[in-house]
Amino acid sequence: MNTAPVNAPPSEPSASPTLTALFWGFSSVGLSGFGGVLPFARRLLVEERQWITAETFNTQLGLCQFLPGPNVVNLAVIVGKRYQGWPGAIVAPLGLLAGPILIVLLLALLYDRYGALPLAQGLLRGMAAAGCGLLFAMAWRMGMAIPRKPVFWPFTVLTVTAMAFLRWPLPLVMIGGLLLSGGVAYWTLGQK
Amino acid sequence: MMVLELFLEFVCLSFVAFGGATAMLPEMHRVIVGHHHWLDDTTFTHLYAIAQAAPGPNVLVVTLIGWKVAGLLGALAATFGMCLPMSVLIYWLVDRWERFSGRRWQQAISLGVAPLAVGLIFSGATLMAQAADFRPGGWTLMLVTALLNLRYPSLHPLWLIAAGALMGLSSGL
Repeated sequence: MNTAPVNAPPSEPSASPTLTALFWGFSSVGLSGFGGVLPFARRLLVEERQWITAETFNTQLGLCQFLPGPNVVNLAVIVGKRYQGWPGAIVAPLGLLAGPILIVLLLALLYDRYGALPLAQGLLRGMAAAGCGLLFAMAWRMGMAIPRKPVFWPFTVLTVTAMAFLRWPLPLVMIGGLLLSGGVAYWTLGQK
Repeated sequence: MMVLELFLEFVCLSFVAFGGATAMLPEMHRVIVGHHHWLDDTTFTHLYAIAQAAPGPNVLVVTLIGWKVAGLLGALAATFGMCLPMSVLIYWLVDRWERFSGRRWQQAISLGVAPLAVGLIFSGATLMAQAADFRPGGWTLMLVTALLNLRYPSLHPLWLIAAGALMGLSSGL
């Protein structure tokens, strides 16, 4: 199961990265992006190292986005497994996370020590406000990318009502929402 | 015991984390701040701000929350709890995916989950703004950041965060 590359078409780049290469490759991906590293993952995997083709990247990413959980971590598992079996599937996500975790913990230490100072409080308030703005922008951009807005936007409104205002638990909202929204999607797919 | 509890909370969360860690903000807020009272509102917004300003995948906000609740072990427990279940599942599923890919129910879930993920991120933004309890200056900064980011998508978000930090330093917002 973990010897040959999975589903590799003949045109697939033949370079088979070692465990070390996987670790450092994904480390560089993890450390290069702020607020999401997916574009960097694509650049490294498809363009620079050519570990996988653009087409494979899209299909595998489809699976990563289909499942819950952090997409890039899932992607690292897939690429790691593809080339080095289960050790690769462990080493690649570790490489992705190790560097950023160290940095973030260092920041946490600084926060513990200096976070209560008025200067730091002002700084953090400013960063939080900008961060919130980015979140709203992201929600807006994703909302605009949704097909058939009149059909699907009501589900966005329902989700916001349930989460932000009624403060319902997420599992309940997701299961209910998926049944409704997925049901409507299933129906619209049959219409074509 | 706190570490184990933290691990289990994030394992549960990982199963509904459609849209990644960002979409989980409202639920993390509900569980961590509202239910367990492990953190207060201000700390929660600060941790999110720090995570945004650091390099790495979005999931690192989980690491920071774990750290603040239960130290180094907490940080690792939360991160692994969040990443492990789906990593194992995807390891098993990846070779079988081609068969499901393109089926009607599979497309329906992908299509149906998108508006929910948008709603989750919008809720996260709303809750963060509420939790941060901005004054008018903060609201203005938030609005301007959002508009700038939408108007100039090629401008790196880090500049906007840095600008926000400077404004916060100089004016007290």
